[in-house]
Amino acid sequence: MSSVSEDPDTGIPPAEVPDLPPPHAHGFWSRWVFSQDAKYIALQYSGTAIAIGLVALVLSWLIRMQLGFPGVFDFISAEAYYQFITMHGMIMVVYLLTAIFLGGFGNYLIPLMVGARDMVFPFVNMLSFWVYFLAVVVLAASFFAPGGPTGAGWTLYPPQAILSGTPGGTQWGIVLMLVSLILFIIGFTMGGLNYAVTVLQARTRGMTLMRMPLTIWGIFTATVMALLAFPALFVASVMMLFDRLLGTSFFMPALVEMGEQLSYGGGSPIVFQHLFWFFGHPEVYIVALPAFGIVSDLIAVHARKNIFGYRMMVWAIVIIGALSFIVWAHHMYVSGMHPYFGFFFATTTLIIAVPTALKVYNWILTLWRGDIHLTLPMLFALGFIVTFLNGGLTGLFLGNVVVDVPLSDTMFVVAHFHMVMGVAPIMVIFGAIYHWFPLISGRMLSHRMGLIHFWVTFIGAYAIFFPMHYVGLVGVPRRYPDISASFVPDSVATLNAFITVAALTVGAAQMLFLFNVAWSLARGRKAGHNPWRAASLEWQTPEVPPRHGNWGEELPLVYRWAYDYSVPGAPRDFIAQDDPGHRASWSHVP
Amino acid sequence: MIVAASLVLIVLFSVAFHLVSPWWWTPIASNWGYIDTTLVITFWITGAVFTAVVLFMAWCVFRYRHKPGRVAHYEPESKRLEIWLTALTALGVAAMLAPGLVVWNRFITVPDDATEIEVVAQQWFWSYRLPGADGQLGSSDVTWISADNPLGLNPHDRLGADDVVIDGGDLHLPIGKPVKVLLRSVDVLHDFYVPEFRAKMDMVPGMVTYFWFTPTRTGEFEVLCAELCGTGHGYMRGYVLIDEEAEYEAWLGEQLTFAGLPAGEGVQVANTAEPIGGSDP
Repeated sequence: MSSVSEDPDTGIPPAEVPDLPPPHAHGFWSRWVFSQDAKYIALQYSGTAIAIGLVALVLSWLIRMQLGFPGVFDFISAEAYYQFITMHGMIMVVYLLTAIFLGGFGNYLIPLMVGARDMVFPFVNMLSFWVYFLAVVVLAASFFAPGGPTGAGWTLYPPQAILSGTPGGTQWGIVLMLVSLILFIIGFTMGGLNYAVTVLQARTRGMTLMRMPLTIWGIFTATVMALLAFPALFVASVMMLFDRLLGTSFFMPALVEMGEQLSYGGGSPIVFQHLFWFFGHPEVYIVALPAFGIVSDLIAVHARKNIFGYRMMVWAIVIIGALSFIVWAHHMYVSGMHPYFGFFFATTTLIIAVPTALKVYNWILTLWRGDIHLTLPMLFALGFIVTFLNGGLTGLFLGNVVVDVPLSDTMFVVAHFHMVMGVAPIMVIFGAIYHWFPLISGRMLSHRMGLIHFWVTFIGAYAIFFPMHYVGLVGVPRRYPDISASFVPDSVATLNAFITVAALTVGAAQMLFLFNVAWSLARGRKAGHNPWRAASLEWQTPEVPPRHGNWGEELPLVYRWAYDYSVPGAPRDFIAQDDPGHRASWSHVP
Repeated sequence: MIVAASLVLIVLFSVAFHLVSPWWWTPIASNWGYIDTTLVITFWITGAVFTAVVLFMAWCVFRYRHKPGRVAHYEPESKRLEIWLTALTALGVAAMLAPGLVVWNRFITVPDDATEIEVVAQQWFWSYRLPGADGQLGSSDVTWISADNPLGLNPHDRLGADDVVIDGGDLHLPIGKPVKVLLRSVDVLHDFYVPEFRAKMDMVPGMVTYFWFTPTRTGEFEVLCAELCGTGHGYMRGYVLIDEEAEYEAWLGEQLTFAGLPAGEGVQVANTAEPIGGSDP
């Protein structure tokens, strides 16, 4: 590369590659089904994820009905209960949260926020969605297969996952689950390569890495992590499929099942756990980092203030991403692995709390001395901070190896991970939908319905999961369809009934949200251009909603970071990233 | 205003719930009070952080909510503040981690005078084995398992002859004596979990895991399985009874030894004066 020099006045480098138009659709199929436009693929991903997520929501109702009122609902047998919890967990973690953050928000926002016309590989992007769709179909098919879906728990630990004592273990359930995961990972890899390469290669002129919005930093880092972590799950799934179908013994030692010697021998169940959590722990941050990024932007826009400590926030995302690869065995403190591992993994796990805490401080320091507009995205962002803080702090119990011993495999763990990677990221998803719906549809979501949705969801979710920690503290194990035991006082049953009522209510509030989306698409107030007065690039497109190719004739040029809010002396309280005008006084502004 | 008040109420509710709700851990029955202490330290530190952060947030929302004419302060970052906050957080984390690691070290260091006993799990019940007069457990393997030999004891190992085998019954242990619990599973993962003991560990087919504890209180304690093991997982229950020494000895005297079972008939009791492995079977 020769003589690429910046324009001395604006700092904008000259164009290195010609601005080529993305592929155009030529008919019904290529426009509405096999679309190659990232914005449309984003909606396909999100729609599919939310649809299968509704199945997970119904499953959570069934789980709670059993726990709150054991014995009342005859159709929920122990078998069915295990199938419900397994499918609920797997759908929520992989098929909803991962898919919607990366496939949904990633696809919609990456090209728009970095100033690209589309993803760099539009065809592969289209393929990515359809393989994901196939994975969801295979997963859903297991509900109708002989024996039903697998009931092995979302962790799918062998040997039980492929033996007859577990629902779907020797029938179709586990096979369809593993095939679906393999498909998901293939689909994700195609999408993930696209997101990473687009961020690295297709940013418009002036959009340096340190000028990118934190949303993109979060999604980009999570994508790179997913590309490194999912292969471990891929390998584990393939090996377990071989153990199940071909009689190999990757994870199967010699064992006796119901008095009968099986022909397995020489495999190790613990190796599966290492592979699973080598994927599984980064997975937590694959969901959390996009949420961290998005919520940073929501807070900055709606508090009319730059995100506090942007550079530190970027580095915190990158450091958390890297550290999350060396903490996985904190899920295995009582697995029977070598006890010395406990020292190492407890230390790394608690170290990761430091950059994470710093992010929480910086969100709140962004609110401090801000101009806080209590819009729906801001309310959900506040809800996120409370639930994430709560769930993050209980992580310090479970990460600290010896404290984990009495708490592991109890309802405390269930409460912790729902608060930190269930409720908190979902708060961000809702905040993000309320924030970007005007860009996607050109209309605002109803504020009144949104307020009801927010308060019921936030207070309700807290009422579900905060008391649940104490059920675990009493000693109630997780994955028990009936929690009565000699040491469990009767009052726990009352508390469980209360939690169930709260859960059903929160679930019902989501129906109001879906109605709000449908209603507002047709009747919502027209949003106009940039209704939140945001500085980042996605709101600066010539048309709202942005058309195919995003940017009209000319790609935008970027002169500043995404956070020039309330700059002293500026004519308005924000300066768009592509605005060459007023220069900020602060010397470190990127 | 409503938002700020709600945030304050969430803090008040959480603290009040923690302090006055009736739901707390079961009275401890083992030496692992250290674990409870570490847990309480963690509750105090995390509780203080939660309270401080959410209250500060509530104050910000109240004080800096939008009013006509308000302009946000412009300050992109403050290195000093960020370094201070990082240092304070690191200190708090260290205050939790250090006692945690010290107690973990105790947890994994079994005292020399601990008696080895064995818990065997299978779908979906518990069995136990106690060493006989020789104080040692004989070897075992899943390949030896049959209807006559439910725990898979090695019929050629003389050390196993006097082992007490409790197939599906309750376990008794004497109070005040440290026990190293060897954990074995014959089929899938299980986890031997007695809430009052605080300690627990998974049982993994193909290997022997362990934990140790000293019972400190007599009584009947329910055993649960804490690692999903199939449809019967929630109903895989049993009891451990902690007895005074005399009661324990009386109970022990009534139990069958392996040599008394059909599969163990041919095994002779080992002479413990001989070095282990010193004689061919």
